[in-house]
Amino acid sequence: MPILSLITYAPLLGVVGILALRLFGKPQDPKTVEASKWIALVATLATLALSVLLVVQFNPNDAGFQFVEETPWFAGFSYRMGVDGISVLFVLLTAFLMPICIAASWKSIEKRVLEYMFAFLLLETLIIGVFCALDIVLFYIFFEFGLIPMFLIIGIWGGQRRVYAAFKFFLYTLLGSVLMLAAILAMIGISHTSSIPELMTYHFDPAVQRWLWLAFFASFAVKLPMWPVHTWLPDAHVEAPTAGSVILAGILLKLGGYGFMRFSLPMFPQASQFFTPLIFALSVIAVVYTSLVAFRQVDFKKLIAYSSVAHMGFVTMGIFSGNAVGEQGAIFQMLSHGVISGALFLCVGVVYDRMHTREIAFYGGLVTRMPLYAATFMLFTMGNVGLPGTSGFVGEILTMTGAYGASTWTALFAASGVILSAVYALSLYRRVIFGELANPKLAAIADLELREVAIFTPLIVGTLVLGVQPNLVFQVTGPAVDQLLHLWRAGAGL
Amino acid sequence: MSFSGALGIALPELVLAIGALVLLVVGAFRGDRSTSLVSTGAGLVLAAAAAAACWGPMGAAFSGGFVADQASAFAKVAIYLMSAIAILLGDRWLHRLNGARFEYPVLILLAALGMGVMASAGDLISLYLGVELMSLATYVLAAFRRDDARSSEAGLKYFVLGALSSGLLLYGASLIYGFAGSVRFPEIAHAVAAGAGTGVIFGVVFLICGLAFKVAAAPFHMWTPDVYEGAPTPVVAFLAAAPKLAAMVLFTRAMLQGFPGATHQWAQVVLAVAVISMAVGALAGLVQKNLKRLLAYSSIANIGYALMALATGTEQGVQALLVFMVLYMIDVTGFFACLLALNRKGEPMETLPSLAGLAKERPGLALCLTGLSFSTMGIPPFSGFWGKFYVFKAAIAAGLWPVAVFGLVTSVVAAFYYLRMVKTMWFDPSPGQTDPAPIDARAIAAAAALFSFPLVLAALAALDPLARLAATAFHIV
Repeated sequence: MPILSLITYAPLLGVVGILALRLFGKPQDPKTVEASKWIALVATLATLALSVLLVVQFNPNDAGFQFVEETPWFAGFSYRMGVDGISVLFVLLTAFLMPICIAASWKSIEKRVLEYMFAFLLLETLIIGVFCALDIVLFYIFFEFGLIPMFLIIGIWGGQRRVYAAFKFFLYTLLGSVLMLAAILAMIGISHTSSIPELMTYHFDPAVQRWLWLAFFASFAVKLPMWPVHTWLPDAHVEAPTAGSVILAGILLKLGGYGFMRFSLPMFPQASQFFTPLIFALSVIAVVYTSLVAFRQVDFKKLIAYSSVAHMGFVTMGIFSGNAVGEQGAIFQMLSHGVISGALFLCVGVVYDRMHTREIAFYGGLVTRMPLYAATFMLFTMGNVGLPGTSGFVGEILTMTGAYGASTWTALFAASGVILSAVYALSLYRRVIFGELANPKLAAIADLELREVAIFTPLIVGTLVLGVQPNLVFQVTGPAVDQLLHLWRAGAGL
Repeated sequence: MSFSGALGIALPELVLAIGALVLLVVGAFRGDRSTSLVSTGAGLVLAAAAAAACWGPMGAAFSGGFVADQASAFAKVAIYLMSAIAILLGDRWLHRLNGARFEYPVLILLAALGMGVMASAGDLISLYLGVELMSLATYVLAAFRRDDARSSEAGLKYFVLGALSSGLLLYGASLIYGFAGSVRFPEIAHAVAAGAGTGVIFGVVFLICGLAFKVAAAPFHMWTPDVYEGAPTPVVAFLAAAPKLAAMVLFTRAMLQGFPGATHQWAQVVLAVAVISMAVGALAGLVQKNLKRLLAYSSIANIGYALMALATGTEQGVQALLVFMVLYMIDVTGFFACLLALNRKGEPMETLPSLAGLAKERPGLALCLTGLSFSTMGIPPFSGFWGKFYVFKAAIAAGLWPVAVFGLVTSVVAAFYYLRMVKTMWFDPSPGQTDPAPIDARAIAAAAALFSFPLVLAALAALDPLARLAATAFHIV
């Protein structure tokens, strides 16, 4: 059974359903709108069920690609899909966050609901496709196609400056991607293959490697984002609807980290070795600088957006640390950040839906009216800070340990980021939740409703389970990470 | 070769020429009521010519002046198809304006005849013959709405500048003939290989200038935005597609068969024209408000990519060029079909702001235009991406990576104006009701959009080997 294609295209069944509604139903009718939401929810839940099945069937002792599908296409390309220990959990993360996004949009999206659900389902297909693609051209198609639904999500359902943010997001990412396209074309020209497993073992000339590495870096650094090409992210996050931010922070940013692990390290090992100091420097700047920037924000969402950039600094540091602890930590940090930052954006969404402002100063003393919300927000703030027991801790400590093995100074500076994250996150929490309930407009604010509790429950469970039982992740990623490091070391001649 | 054998090789052209003349007589006798009859007849003639191009004999006729090979067959089928679409779009459009005239399909047929000769030109004489035949027909077409000042202006401008470019072309041809001693491409190639000197190179530069005029490459692009803006939209749909393919095939044949020994020299010139076209097309497009002008600049940028593929001088490059041109032609025809379908209170919606809120007003057409925009932008998996994919792959494989990277960066700049179109349609509020869209334009727009995705994914499996076969016809060593 081609389970990967099934998972990838399952959301498209929902797309077909919504198209049928649009063509044969009355698009403005509340019943049609309601039906489209249910179709989207069922489609995403079905995808989740299939992905759980995938992870259960996945053999963690096998370092290679599993569930491989291959059909020749044209001009030597193939439709080639497969997952290994690195990608399989990202498929699960995507499938896990998508139903949450749909549920989170249930009431907050009021116009063009059918199109909205359409865009989200399409986006899910494309993201899962990116993680499953084993042909570099197929990867690029999924990677780049994803820009279109995200552009529309920000541009149609976003906030005040949505058009600016959507353009910035699109053009920034596109510029990075076309350079990657040039590198992909060059790689196909040199190696005469577009298969990712074959390219992973192909040895490119060291001088060529550096150019190719830089081209891929341009794309992944923008996507991740790394300092100094992160400036599109705060705009995109602030203007996107809540669910859009969740997907952006939760999954789309991870495409960059995943790209580094899938392409840069195994395919250009010598160049990766050569550029490691650059990555370390940029990571440290990202961790320290963007943490400080986050502290100065007056906008709720912008603060969390900058905190995402800082946390991605830990990821790049771990990926290029060159040891198993760092790599494992980077993957873990990406998964954990996917859950925690997604949850934090949902926390913003909860109060934004009620008050329609993201200004931090507007809030204060919410604990007296919203105790449930305060507790939930507390847990995710702690996860963001990296409190032991939450998943945030595991990712940070491992990436730092890994980086310590490669460069003491990097680990030292990055460690200060842990303190800085506590500074901005706790002060945010204090300003929003504690203090006097001074603003009279907040007097009647309602606590979490049942739908919102249902949304947060899986995220809370995820954060805590990953925090106390991180081995669940490591036993899946372990062999694949060892294999990756083996390829890197062998290729770099270490 | 016997005369009758030669006629067999030129069968598609004979079919077109006789068909056009017969239809002209029919039209002349029966007047403008016969327009639909003449249009239908023209469609049948084009279908017959395409069949003749596919299954007719191959070889060189008239002492090598006229060549029928896989490349010419490939180009002719595409050209005739595009001509048929132009007849369909234009005929219905003229009917709606109560300005139906039987000359329209006849002129398209004559232009198609000229383009066929261009695709098959084996020497400088038939090169000029084909270019002029095509151009004269298109000058008249551009000025087809003779009571409309803008259309007449477009026709006149096109004619004056086109005459200038023909002069350049002829001057180049005469220089080449003077220094190489022959007008046939293979013999010129021999003379160049034997060291015909700088005189030939001088001639080649003029030849390239003349041809660059015809494909609307910068810095010979000045006529394009004005003609696109003024000429009737169905005529522009025609001008933007088929003649460019014909001229590019002619360009390829002239360069690769006439001057294979001087590739280094002509490739530099072509590359320079390509780079300037990419830059001008991307940057000048940013400030356009009129959609037809915008598409003119977009076509200039795209010709830049095609010329880059030609400058590689490799078989892979020619294959890429053919795939790119075919995919681009379908996109651009779809674009103009959308423009034909969009009217508000009887006025065509030709400016960018007039598209505001189209996604609410006409979701189907907005979806078509969006798909075509992303396609021309080069976003996968739309057809425009695959065209660029082939072209840039060939360029990088031939070592032209600095130009390729430049081209990719300009495509990001150009992405801005396509995105602005998408933004206007989807994000802005609508100013008011649009008129019902005519079925023919809607059908062609939908077909082009569906081709750009998902049909292209299946079509490429056939297009790839066909274009490769066509590229082998140039015998590149």
